[in-house]
Amino acid sequence: MAEAAFEHDAVHVVHATGHGAEGAYEAPLFGAYSKKIGMWLFLASDSLTFGALLFAFSYNRIYTNPWPTPFHAESIANATIMTACLLSSSLTMVLAVLASQRGDRPWTRNWLLATMVFGTAFIVLHGMEWSKLIGEGLSIPGFMTLLGVAKPAATGELADISKNVPQFPQAFFGLTAMHMLHVTIGVIYLGVVAFRKWFLPVLAVIWIAGALLIPSGNVFHYPVHALGIGLLIAAVIVLLKPKVYDSHDVEVCGLYWHFVDLVWMFIFPLVYLMSTKVT
Amino acid sequence: MHDIAKHDENKAQFFWVWGALLILTAIEVVLGYKQVFSPVRMLEVLLLLSVIKSALIIGYFMHLKFERALMRWVLVISVTACFVIMYFFFFPDADRIINLGVK
Repeated sequence: MAEAAFEHDAVHVVHATGHGAEGAYEAPLFGAYSKKIGMWLFLASDSLTFGALLFAFSYNRIYTNPWPTPFHAESIANATIMTACLLSSSLTMVLAVLASQRGDRPWTRNWLLATMVFGTAFIVLHGMEWSKLIGEGLSIPGFMTLLGVAKPAATGELADISKNVPQFPQAFFGLTAMHMLHVTIGVIYLGVVAFRKWFLPVLAVIWIAGALLIPSGNVFHYPVHALGIGLLIAAVIVLLKPKVYDSHDVEVCGLYWHFVDLVWMFIFPLVYLMSTKVT
Repeated sequence: MHDIAKHDENKAQFFWVWGALLILTAIEVVLGYKQVFSPVRMLEVLLLLSVIKSALIIGYFMHLKFERALMRWVLVISVTACFVIMYFFFFPDADRIINLGVK
């Protein structure tokens, strides 16, 4: 099927004139249009970033004996629901790509919206879990002071872990923060592809609501402004280069989203399941 | 009509893959929570299950299974090389540190 599509598009290249001819591309080595190859190359580089973080986590995990196991049943249940959300979002993303390939714009938008809902649910659940862990004493001291987080609990299991095994919170927050940032960027990316300039006011409202409603002692009080940076970048892209996003754009967006899900397939077992506390 | 039928076949395939991913996740959770294996064996089993899940996502959801063979092999070989480096070079070094007696 890929070969037939390649032959068809090679013929299309011969007849295409000028820039902007939809689906036209130069005869490629990998048999795919350049946007897709570009995204795959980016994902390969991003996988090295996460690979380095996972190596560091695993290295710490092996040589630190004993490694803390603080995740009780509630944390594991929460992380399992988060995993189910991401897996379901991958399914809806694939359905969005199929809809865009058959030219069904309303259903493309619907499935993209469903993907965004699952992604947002993941971020909210993860944020709530972070707040709970930090409130119970799991922290990186200097970093929490920098973010203006209210002083976490000084005693308790998680406070002891922060004091005696600082590699645990450092590795945990480092890995999950990087992943959460990628999911957030992914949701904004999906919003731009699905709704174009109409997504900008929605993003602005969410950013302002977050900035006003998240209390000052919470770890997300300042990081919520990442949404403002996302809004600025999305506005530059959407307003300076307005276009109707076609099936290629939706497919490339899907590649990024599936990558984000893929990384979580490694983070969930290595970070959560290897640190469960069985009581 | 032929195209729509083809899309419906594809759709069913993706639902099967999604189901398989959820089942594999459930297996991981049960193994992790019940602490069925020793830590090292647990890590190996969970990594194996994660690799299987990743292969399903990369192959079906990211559509790499249906791309050109050259693209498939370039990506798979580069990612595999990273795993090899991790497993055979970094982990033995981490293991060595335990025996140094560093506190």
